[in-house]
Amino acid sequence: MSDRLPENVTTSNLAPTGGLPPTEHNNPDSTPALATVLVKSWKAPIAFGIFALGAIILFVVFGRDGESTFKLSTDVDLIQLPVVVLPTRTTGIVISIVLVLLAGLSVWLVATGRKVRIWLMAVFAVLFLVAFLTWASAGQTIPVPGLLVGAVSLSVPLIFGALGGVISERVGVVNVAIEGQLLAGAFVSAVIASVTNNLFAGVVGAIIAGALVSFVLAAFSIKYLVDQVIVGVVLNVLVTGLTSFLYSQVLTADPDLLNSPPRFDRFPIPLLSEIPIIGPTLFRQTIIVYLMYIAVAVVFFGLFKTRWGLRVRAVGEHPQAADTVGIKVNPTRFWNVMLAGAITGLGGAYFTLGSVGAFNKEMTAGAGYIALAAVIFGRWDPIRATLAALLFGFATNLQYVLGVIGSPVPSEFLLMLPYLITIFAVAGLVGRVRGPAAAGRPYVSR
Amino acid sequence: MSDSPENKPVTPSSPASAPASAPGPGTAATSAVEPPSRWRTTFNEIIGGSVMISILAVVLAIVAGGILIALTDENVQKASVYFFARPGDTFAEIWKSVSGAYVALFQGSVYNFKRPDFLDQIKPLTETLTFATPLIAAGLGVGLAFRVGMFNIGGRGQMLIAAACAGWVGFTLHLPWGLHLVVAILAGVIGGGIWGGIAGLLKARTGAHEVIVTIMLNYVAFYLVSYLLRTPVLQAPGSNNPKSPPIDPTAVLPDLLGPKFNLHLGFILVIAATVFVWWLLNRSALGFKFRAVGINPNAARVAGIDVKNMYVYAMLISGGLVGLAGVFQVLGTVTTGFSSGIDAGIGFDAITVALLGRSKPWGIFIAGILFGAFKAGGFAMQASQGIPIDIVTVVQSLIVLFIAAPPLIRTVFRLPDPSKPKKPKAPKPAPVTREAVAAK
Repeated sequence: MSDRLPENVTTSNLAPTGGLPPTEHNNPDSTPALATVLVKSWKAPIAFGIFALGAIILFVVFGRDGESTFKLSTDVDLIQLPVVVLPTRTTGIVISIVLVLLAGLSVWLVATGRKVRIWLMAVFAVLFLVAFLTWASAGQTIPVPGLLVGAVSLSVPLIFGALGGVISERVGVVNVAIEGQLLAGAFVSAVIASVTNNLFAGVVGAIIAGALVSFVLAAFSIKYLVDQVIVGVVLNVLVTGLTSFLYSQVLTADPDLLNSPPRFDRFPIPLLSEIPIIGPTLFRQTIIVYLMYIAVAVVFFGLFKTRWGLRVRAVGEHPQAADTVGIKVNPTRFWNVMLAGAITGLGGAYFTLGSVGAFNKEMTAGAGYIALAAVIFGRWDPIRATLAALLFGFATNLQYVLGVIGSPVPSEFLLMLPYLITIFAVAGLVGRVRGPAAAGRPYVSR
Repeated sequence: MSDSPENKPVTPSSPASAPASAPGPGTAATSAVEPPSRWRTTFNEIIGGSVMISILAVVLAIVAGGILIALTDENVQKASVYFFARPGDTFAEIWKSVSGAYVALFQGSVYNFKRPDFLDQIKPLTETLTFATPLIAAGLGVGLAFRVGMFNIGGRGQMLIAAACAGWVGFTLHLPWGLHLVVAILAGVIGGGIWGGIAGLLKARTGAHEVIVTIMLNYVAFYLVSYLLRTPVLQAPGSNNPKSPPIDPTAVLPDLLGPKFNLHLGFILVIAATVFVWWLLNRSALGFKFRAVGINPNAARVAGIDVKNMYVYAMLISGGLVGLAGVFQVLGTVTTGFSSGIDAGIGFDAITVALLGRSKPWGIFIAGILFGAFKAGGFAMQASQGIPIDIVTVVQSLIVLFIAAPPLIRTVFRLPDPSKPKKPKAPKPAPVTREAVAAK
């Protein structure tokens, strides 16, 4: 399919200039036609085609026999949804046909000069996912709420990190130090919560720790004009070394006192938590997760609807112009980078107080870098970055769930999946993403 | 400050700027009063120049590391309880812990005077060079990418792929002595180069940011190699561990100083690689294009340089050099079979090595040896003093952080600013002009 597509592009490109089709003669003004041709993007149909082909190979050619069971409710739910049982091979064939039809629809849409809407992509992705889950769980049961709850849990630090990254980069400072901010937050929150036996003191400690790492980033990149990416990378190494050193040297000496913090309990929100599927996923979580919802909403609203957001974006896009209208560029950057660190540090607390319950060496395990990828994948937009982070969390948890039920795919490939998706997304679908124009450049007023 | 020749043509109002600049950020105000002698200028350049900054940054980082060691030492904490009664005890304990740590570091990395004969005494130095070998190779790769304006964080992935390629050749093909080693090294370098080249190609063709792509490729390589280590491709036959069989003796890098020392042929190769990168960057046409793209890609494009191809070539060579580090790990350091942790964090250490070496080949060479010494000494310190080796990571990152900010070092040590800072982003004249304008 992908072989045929370049021909289409060339013919449709030639059509208006050559003037061969009769329709072009009927239309004296050929410039709009030329303009629409230039806008055409074949990326979506190509991606659809590849995935439809993959679906046929995986679900039809290598189809598996048996029945796949989807459990939609947990045992404690008030409203019990029936268990869905799908015949594995038939479902694979039916969905593959639908996917091929959707791919054909996208080709037709683009050929006639229309865009492939985002909802179509979402439908395509969900169908592919359902087919994959059905195929992978032949003869097994997939607990759908468990899959989604785990996905949200794994996404929480990624989302906090991505929000911190979005704010920091929107204000013009590239934040590679997300990893360090998360790790510092995790470490400090564990120690403080353990010593004081107070969860909220731990959370406050995490916020301060993240802001402190950000303070170093801001000081070096804004005051001393050091390359921001370099400071970020070095800060990650520094925080990793510092926390590992203190862990080995201090925390292991007296783990009962220093490294056994209490954990946040799950706090189901009445009524909302009884909605089927969505309830257990979103509203039967810990306080930190609810704080995350608020943070996403506040950052989105703040960035795009308030004076603060306008200033942040102005400073990140065109600091000279912002300076001209009286915005103090470097203080704005300084404080907002600190704010970004505080938010990310809060995400770090989730590692210790929200999920594991104790600090471990390098326990963030690269989550900061994934959050950074989510920032770019989400095009520096808080909502999209959140969705990208959720995607990473989902893919990671999918691997766990499939590992438990015994999947036909080696777990390494499933673990690889989010990273491969990111590469494809950055290279193909997102393409030349344009971040905040002045991100990475220090500003010196003239 | 104002007497520097670079400064005069930049600011047209240089007489007005002189008084404004005098109470500047912690600089010697006297230098503006009378024109200093040539000797004085040279002295100032040495004192405030980049060499001095580097040395002072190392000193400052070691001091900071010492403070950290002292603060976390149990004996110091015990003595500090009765500090006001007998303060001497606390200081004695601080001295004991800090000096013990750094003496152990020195003995483990340079010269151990406690051992009986000279060969044993000098062994730590060869250990340092052994640890430095892959660091220098990977640092050269990262530094080369820096010079082209790209940031290669993919050292881990490139090393893993290179190690897998070289290792596979090392235990699967059974070639004659000499040829086997060459083929294994080439396989690794090509593997690493391709893995790096993917990022360069994607940047050139689709505009994908190389930082993201290299980070993602790290994970892809890790899981790919982890998977292969569970399959007969890389797994040792009859074993359940995800570990490869040992390398054939014909493919192992021979020891330079006999079997008593771990130093292997890789050190000679890494010297050759340093010379090669120096020649490439400073003497070849390709290196000229690389540097032009690194300084200003738009200007390079206008000058007729194919910027996109430069990105691809640079990442190919960068990945190949980092791959060489993976080769050294597999064929030199761990020849008994490798697992997916073979990269040992060198891919990330290489970034700090390249930064410390200011992306210059010989600078990276020296920085690599310094960090190799830290690594070799760090293990000795952990073994004898019980201080976690992570302190070395802290000191290393502090060094880079301090070196990256010369004004900070000058402020701490109250050094004169010999001239306008050489970094292109340094903006010293700018606030001066604004103040000068405001004063008018």
